[in-house]
Parts: sequence; structure tokens; C-alpha cells
Amino acid sequence: MFETIAYSILNGVLYGTLLFMMSSGLTLIFGMMGVLNFAHASFYMLGAYFAYTLGLATGFWVALFLAPILVGAAGALVERYGLRRVHQYGHVPELLFTFGLAYVIEELVALFWGTVPVPYKAPASLDFTAFSLMGLDYSMFKVFILLVAIVMFVGLWLLLKKTRAGLVIQGALSRPDMVGALGHNVPMVFTFVFAFGCALAGLGGVVGGIQFVTDPGMAFMMGPIVFVVVVLGGLGSVPGALVASLIIGILQTFFLSINFSLAGAIGSLGIEDSGFFGVLWHMETTRIAAVLPYLLLVLTLIFRPRGLFGKREA
Amino acid sequence: MQLNKKAGLFTGTMIGLSMAVSTVTWADNHPIRISYIEPLSGPFANVGDAGLKHFRFAAEKLNNEGGILGRDVEIVAMDNKQSPSESVSLVQRSVDNGINFVTQGNGSNVAGAIVEAVDRNNRRNDDKVLYLNYAAVDPALTNERCSFYHFRFDANSAIKLEALSNFMTTRDDEIDKIFLINQDYSHGQFISKRMKALVDEKLDAEVVGDVLHPIAQVRDFSPYVSRIEQSGADTVVTGNWGNDLSLLVRAIDSAGLDVNTYTYYGGGLGTPAAVGPRGEDILFQVSEWHADVNVDEGLEEYEKWFVEFKERYPEIDWYYHRIYNQMHMLKNAIEEVGDADDVVAIAKAMEGMEFQSPTGTVTMRAKDHQILQPMYISVMDADAKYDADNSGVGFRTVANIPVEEATDTTSCDMRRP
Repeated sequence: MFETIAYSILNGVLYGTLLFMMSSGLTLIFGMMGVLNFAHASFYMLGAYFAYTLGLATGFWVALFLAPILVGAAGALVERYGLRRVHQYGHVPELLFTFGLAYVIEELVALFWGTVPVPYKAPASLDFTAFSLMGLDYSMFKVFILLVAIVMFVGLWLLLKKTRAGLVIQGALSRPDMVGALGHNVPMVFTFVFAFGCALAGLGGVVGGIQFVTDPGMAFMMGPIVFVVVVLGGLGSVPGALVASLIIGILQTFFLSINFSLAGAIGSLGIEDSGFFGVLWHMETTRIAAVLPYLLLVLTLIFRPRGLFGKREA
Repeated sequence: MQLNKKAGLFTGTMIGLSMAVSTVTWADNHPIRISYIEPLSGPFANVGDAGLKHFRFAAEKLNNEGGILGRDVEIVAMDNKQSPSESVSLVQRSVDNGINFVTQGNGSNVAGAIVEAVDRNNRRNDDKVLYLNYAAVDPALTNERCSFYHFRFDANSAIKLEALSNFMTTRDDEIDKIFLINQDYSHGQFISKRMKALVDEKLDAEVVGDVLHPIAQVRDFSPYVSRIEQSGADTVVTGNWGNDLSLLVRAIDSAGLDVNTYTYYGGGLGTPAAVGPRGEDILFQVSEWHADVNVDEGLEEYEKWFVEFKERYPEIDWYYHRIYNQMHMLKNAIEEVGDADDVVAIAKAMEGMEFQSPTGTVTMRAKDHQILQPMYISVMDADAKYDADNSGVGFRTVANIPVEEATDTTSCDMRRP
């Protein structure tokens, strides 16, 4: 049992940090601009593809910095020439716009890079065993993901809380007229926040594409779960996104790692494995793991709509 | 006026003549089309893409030798996004386009839907369609759900498991604890159930773990790998395919787990590249052929075929020997009937047909339309002549299963037209 818990925490933290990289950008955009960005995971995908393509020419380390910047630039263009025009018509057109954008990006990626996964691999300098824990090896790349996530969290937190730019951003989001009256260019701040959020997702993609698979389906795979993180953590709360990512990562991994069903623990009690109750009684935790995040989403919205760390309701 | 009338008559005759001529040439030269219904986008796109290249290549080889009845064979690619319902509408589209043959293999759930769609169409419609299954291995398709219009060119799962477990008895001393991990649909569920029965029956070993995971949704297999580690298993058996297999073996490999892995599909489509030479002597597959069979058995013609495919598509290898069998047997059946549109007669010609495949005689069993063919169990070997998918590692045969042993019993009670 101790082993199971240790593995779950370690694997869960690794998975959770990847979730955090994707969702921190979304929580900024979603919470601060009120834009429900369905295309957020598409920027995550762009990050992976840009890094793969750049990496062929420049190597991984340069791509690690360049790819998120490119994704951020793409995000800035989308905000400036797309979202800003749609914004005046309200939230529903915005939502539809990002919804369509997600499909456009997926199709474009399939056109340029093909539908087959690209061989995007960890650089040789990170492709070795970092440490072993009770018989299982962990590669240096996983440790690297962890480091990137920590740097990202600390950097974000410092930026928002300790710098003048962070103050202006926070001000522009709650009192845009006031910040505008003080001489700041509020639309510019919005563009910046959106671009920055996209760049964070892009950075998530640079490492996530290696850890998982880089194919045009990767955005739709990750899209829904990122929203769960944002709602569970609370809109606009970066620490909330971190905690929610870790909770989801660890819970899901734990459910996958243990072999448990009510029937196995208590005994089948003569209950057949059929019918609603019977299926539930014999259901193994591994099969519940996939729905777990969405169950959390529903429960959060019912019992604590503002999420764990949020200040206002979803 | 008189002149005009003559001119009109002349033009009309010419139009009629040219139409007649074009109809004749159309009937002679218009290609025999086969719908290829597979995932060409999404998580399994690489598998669908590789299969398409196989079919296109085999069709071209046939066409170079004169095609079928002098007509070219054309593969019509259709993307089913790995969805059963999408596949059903693609079967319908094939019928609407006058295509008489559909082929599919990835996913027994998809195959089941296609069998039903084909049966329903053929009951109601005069434009009949034949389903050539080159890879869906759920035994139900040739047992309780068998159909006259379905032909399977791969060994079904029961045959493969029988062969694998027989081979495992020869290595009983190193197999004590077996872990089963499979995709959560009919294919994986069958392996999980049947393998447990076979272990009880034949092996001096126990099943220490049995996991079903959602198909095409797991991106990180490390939680599963940690379960394998904790169970103390020395052997893993999996029927996974596509990314579900390559990610699994990659996770096992990167965690440094010391287990032998027995697979159905470890020989190609991304898996050799995922582990590379580290899979040597620990990754097994059961298959109807692998590249070094050509070398072992001196199959020079077929080796040329293999090399030519590699030159055309350097990033993958000729992997589906069954596509070779399928295309040739279809050709033989159509030429025996002499009419590519008489689907019922073609199906009857294919029933019980024997074909001299490079690996030996293969037979399409008439009772359930399951092919019977010699099988091979092989293990990864860096010294193999041909490596798979440029991974630096190929396969070495460790057991030959003659065709008499690579068989099963069937409960099929087929309704014939």
C-alpha cells in the first residue's frame, strides 16, 4: 500500500504539473478577461508542433524558448484581429469564435504536419534515468518537466503580485475605465494577457508533446480536462490552478494504480455483475478514473461554484 | 431543311456511337474499387495510414501484372475516425458509389458495426457489398456473429492466444507471474477472459494482474506500469495496438521494468521504434509473418516485394502479410467468377479457397470464413537481417506453428443466400 501511495503521488505530481502548465494560461484569460477560450488546448498543440519543427533546425533548447514566443505571437494576433472584434457582441459570439478557432487550428495542423504523430522526442541530454524508486526508473525529462512547472509558477506569481505590470494587469481587469483614465492602454493589456496565456499553453505543449504524443488529436484530448482544472481551482486563481492540477493528477493516478472495487473489498454478496447496482458494485477503480475529473467538475459547480481559491462564482 | 435533317441524323448517330464506344471502354477499363475504411485522423492515424500504403502498394503490384480481369484495382481511402457509426455511413457511401468491396481491420467494435451494416444492406439492396477484414480479430466475428459476406484474413484472437500459450509452456521455468493489460472493448475483454482460462489450463503460473484501460485515451501509462511492478509480474501479455501499444512498451521500458512482453502487434506500426534495441529478447509477437521469415525460408520473390515497399515508403516496413493474401485471393475469386459485380458468386468462390502464399498454403475455411495459415512467434533481435521501422531491431522466429495447429473450433451457423 505504501508503494502504491508513493507511486501515485510521484506520477500524479508529474501529470499534475503538466496540467498546470496548460491551465494556468487559461485561468488568466478565463478569469480575468471573461473569455471562455475553447481554443486554449489548440495553442498547447501549436507549442508542441512549433517546438518540434524548430527543434529540427535549432535543437531543443532554443526551441524551448522560441516556440512559446511564437505561440504567444499567434495568440496576440487572434486577440487583436479576432476576439477584439467579436468582443463587442458579447460572450456567446466570443465562445463560438474560439470554438470554431479550435477546429480551424486542428485542421491547419493536420494540413501542414499530417495526421500521423510526428517523432518529437526528448533531447539526448535529458534522455537518461535520473533516479529509481522501488524498482521503477524515472527519466531526467520528467524531472525537467517538474522544474519547468515550478519556475513557471514562481515566475507567474512574482509577475502578478510583485511587479508594476502585474498591478496594471490586475487593475485593468477589474476597473478598466479607471486604469484607462490613468493613461494605460487597456486594450493593449488585454492583448498582452491573452498572448501571455497562450504562450504558457505553448510552453506546456513543448514539454507535453514529448511526454505524450504530438498529433492533431492532442488538443481535443486535453481540452476538456483543462476546463475542469480552471473551475475546480477557481477562476483567475493561479495558486488554485496549481492545487487543482495536483489534486486531479494525484487522484486520477491513484485510482489507476489501485485495484479496488466494492465487490472485491466487501465481497460480491451474491450480487450479479449486471443491472445498475450490480455494475456499480463490481466497478473497478481503474474504470472510474476516466470520469473522475468530470465528476469533480459537476460536484464543484453544485457545491462550491467559485472553486477552491476563486473569489467569484463561475 | 433536308440538309439539316441529315446533319441531325448524322450527329445523333455519332453521339450514339461514341456513347456506345465509351460504355464499352468504361466497362473494360473502369477500375475495380475497394473502400478502405480506417482511421486516417486522430490517435490511430498512423496505423490507418500505414495500412493504406500497404493496400495501395499491393494494388499497384497487381495492376502491373494486368490487374483483375484486365481491370485496374483502385483503393478508395475513407476516414472513419475509428468510430463504428462513422464506418456504417461509409459502408453506405461505398454502396452509393457502386463499390462492391470494403476492407477494414482496426478495431473489432468497428468491424462488428461493419458486418451488421453489410448484412443489412445485402438483405435489402441489389447492390451488394463484400467485407474483407484484414485485422479485426475478435473471435465473435467468425462465431456467433459470423456472416456470409465477411471474410477474415488474420488469425483470430483465439488462435493467437492458443499459439502464444503453447509457446509459453515451453518457457514455463521463467514464467511464474503474468500480468494482463488490454484495451477496454470486445478485443481486449476477450484476451483478458480467455488468457486467464488458458493459464489455468496449461501453465504452471498465475495471473497476478488483469487491467482494462480505455482505448486511445491513455497518454501516460506510468500508473499502469507501477501496478505491473507491484504485482511482481515477470511476464506481460497484451493485445494492444497502435499508440496504446507503443506508449505502453515505452513506459515499461523507460521505467526499467524487467518483464517479458508478449504482444499481438509488437512487430510494426510504431512499437519497434518506441523501444528500439532495448526490446531485444524481451518483446515477443505472434503473427502470420515477419520480415526475417523471408530470409529463413529463402523466399526471394517475397523479399523483393518487401525491399521494394521499403524503397517506396522508407519510414515504415511491409508488415501486413495478410494484405498480400487478401488481395491475391480476391483476385483469384473474381477471376474464377469472371464478373467483379457478382458479389454472391465471388463470396462463394472465396469459401474454401486455397492459396499458395509465400509462407505456405492458406485456406479460407468455408464454415465461418476464417483464414487458416501458418503462424510464427518471434522475438526482437538486433541481429535480424531486416530491422522494423528503422528501429535497428528486427525479429527472430522462436516458434513455427504449422497450419494444422493454428486453428480453432467455430460455432458459426451461417445464413447463406
